[in-house]
Amino acid sequence: MHPINLFIIVLVLLQGWTVADAKPKPKATAPEKPPAVKPVAPAKQIINIAYLSQEQTVPAALSNLDPFIQNKGLLGSELAISDNTTTGQFTGQSFVLSKFIVPVDGDVEAIFNNDIAGKFQLVVSLLPAESLNKLANSAGGKAILWFDAATSDDSLRAEQCRFNVLHLLPSRAMRADALAQYMMKKRWTKWFLVVGTAPEDKLFADAIKRAAKRFGSTIVAEKIWEHTYDARRTAQSDVAVFSRVDEYDVLVVSDEQGLFGEYLDYRTESPRPVIGTQGLIATAWHRTHEQWGATQIQNRFKEQAGRWMEEQDYAAYLAVRAIGEAATRTKSNELTAIKDYILSPAFALQGYKGNPLSFRPWDGQMRQPVLLAAPRSLVAVAPIEGFLHPKTELDTLGVDEPETTCRMNVTP
Amino acid sequence: MRNKLLALALLSISATIQAETVFVSLEKDNALAIVDPIEGKLLKTVPIGQRPRGLALSSDNKFLFVATSDDNTIRMLDAETLKELAKLPSGKDPETFALSPNGEKLYVSNEDDSLVTVIDVASKKAIHEIKVGVEPEGITVSPDNQWLISASETTNMVHWIDTKTNAIVENTLVDPRPRAVNFTADSQQLWVTSEMSGTVMVLDAKTKQPIKTIKLEVDGVTFDKIQPVGVVIDKERKRAYVALGPANRVAVINAQTYQLEKTLLVGQRVWNLAFSPDQKRLYTTNGTSNDMSIIDLESQTVTKSVGVGSYPWGVAVKP
Repeated sequence: MHPINLFIIVLVLLQGWTVADAKPKPKATAPEKPPAVKPVAPAKQIINIAYLSQEQTVPAALSNLDPFIQNKGLLGSELAISDNTTTGQFTGQSFVLSKFIVPVDGDVEAIFNNDIAGKFQLVVSLLPAESLNKLANSAGGKAILWFDAATSDDSLRAEQCRFNVLHLLPSRAMRADALAQYMMKKRWTKWFLVVGTAPEDKLFADAIKRAAKRFGSTIVAEKIWEHTYDARRTAQSDVAVFSRVDEYDVLVVSDEQGLFGEYLDYRTESPRPVIGTQGLIATAWHRTHEQWGATQIQNRFKEQAGRWMEEQDYAAYLAVRAIGEAATRTKSNELTAIKDYILSPAFALQGYKGNPLSFRPWDGQMRQPVLLAAPRSLVAVAPIEGFLHPKTELDTLGVDEPETTCRMNVTP
Repeated sequence: MRNKLLALALLSISATIQAETVFVSLEKDNALAIVDPIEGKLLKTVPIGQRPRGLALSSDNKFLFVATSDDNTIRMLDAETLKELAKLPSGKDPETFALSPNGEKLYVSNEDDSLVTVIDVASKKAIHEIKVGVEPEGITVSPDNQWLISASETTNMVHWIDTKTNAIVENTLVDPRPRAVNFTADSQQLWVTSEMSGTVMVLDAKTKQPIKTIKLEVDGVTFDKIQPVGVVIDKERKRAYVALGPANRVAVINAQTYQLEKTLLVGQRVWNLAFSPDQKRLYTTNGTSNDMSIIDLESQTVTKSVGVGSYPWGVAVKP
């Protein structure tokens, strides 16, 4: 079987638009008087954006309450295209999103080389860390500005960082710092850390340990959840035994796939809250969020998608909006102009979280508030009041300039 | 002659003694606070409808209009008795709106639908819809009734709409997330606040282009807390005042030189501003400290804060 022959979905969304009075009016013979009203639309400029993702196999679920959502991110990028297009009506710019959704068993690299490399300069990626980095580092990938709307890996923002990749979602370090700030505010300084067996769980646990050190908390106990029993049946007795450790204030769980974390709350030996990847979570976006105009985008997204906006949708929305903002301000569709503007101090993106959003020039991470959400209530928004920074409090979350190990500005 | 002068003097005394009334919409209390600003006292709170936000008085001060967002309507009240006279068809979730100077039209921003709805006040009917950018918010009409201005928060534009034709004539790109728009009394300048960039732009009504962009800065406050919202300019265009949102301050700007003169500490998350009729005082609504501040403009000091209720949003002043 030829990998290229696989079923590929390539959709080009060309938002049709019209501008009233766009046609030049027939000129009168005497040209001395300029027209009283300037023509609204200059020549049309097209900004081409590629959207690249790979479908995922449906993972084993702990419960059947929440349906699995395929292609998270896609509808977010489409909403942003329609927002950009509205602005484009007035500026004479048109935004085109070409979608490349690779099936589970498809060959991402081949599709990239065939259909994207050399043809697009702006790519929104929903790929996992490893394939993103491989493509961004390839010959064709180096001529592209990548917008990573899927990963939270700290390594992609540190020793593995690339000069041509911007990250829209908060890193694990930012999430862990957000939780740590909240716990410090509550004076919950003794943490019991419970970690799953997946490699991602270890990465999030590492971020939690870094945050504990940074904010002066103590991890009084750490245990690995081994999945040796069926939590659905025996959680009641097992979690009680499992959580019999030294005195602690809060149980911090690291279970990114959601394989056991939900079963900890209410079942621990001591009555302690659960925080981390379940219980109180740190996220870029949440359905409970309604401040700072968030209600408006929640409504617009729901109307279009028929479901709540997920983190990846929010990230892909921001990616396409960032491109739109840069293209509008620079009146350009050129990669260099767009990238320079995005990384300049003038760039300020509205992200419905109260602060202007921008990118950290040292590692390409979008600086942003992190929401701390319980399933049905928004508990807090980090940075938590009182955590100060000389430039912007947003930089109290994650890796700040002096500590970065990324050398993003060095072109390989 | 002497009698006439005496009568004038008496008249002016009685005019200064007569207290003005400040109306404040309370977003979370579903109510309207009535404040005597001279005494600095909350007189009473009256229920008004679900989630009241935008607030305006007709220029003859006879009618008070209140956008009750969650009721999807703008209520028209008798400004004296506060009796409800009508519910206007504002469209969904009305937040901000503007009255034409002659009181004939009311223009509403419909944020979710990217529309401005035009309401004929006499017939109480929606007579027109104008398609604008994404999330229209700030809205105002020039005092000479020539321009209707709508600012789109996500499109980052100010739309210049001809009030005679209801057509967009020009669009000006402004700084990120424009919130409030207001004309100078002579209709020559439009001032626009941008929440995400911490700036105020002054646009020339003739060229529709910026004359000046004023960056607002406060010592000891990080740049991203400076989020300008409401803006008012005095009649002589000596000074402009800008509410700085979570920076908890009002900026005082010299409207001739465009220099930031000082900032005044008020309540938390200051949203909207209104002058007293004689422009000697400025009233602010402070969203999260549940109060309003009274600023004496001669001494440029905050003289009083008055607790009004939960989430004070809009403010209007009746002489």
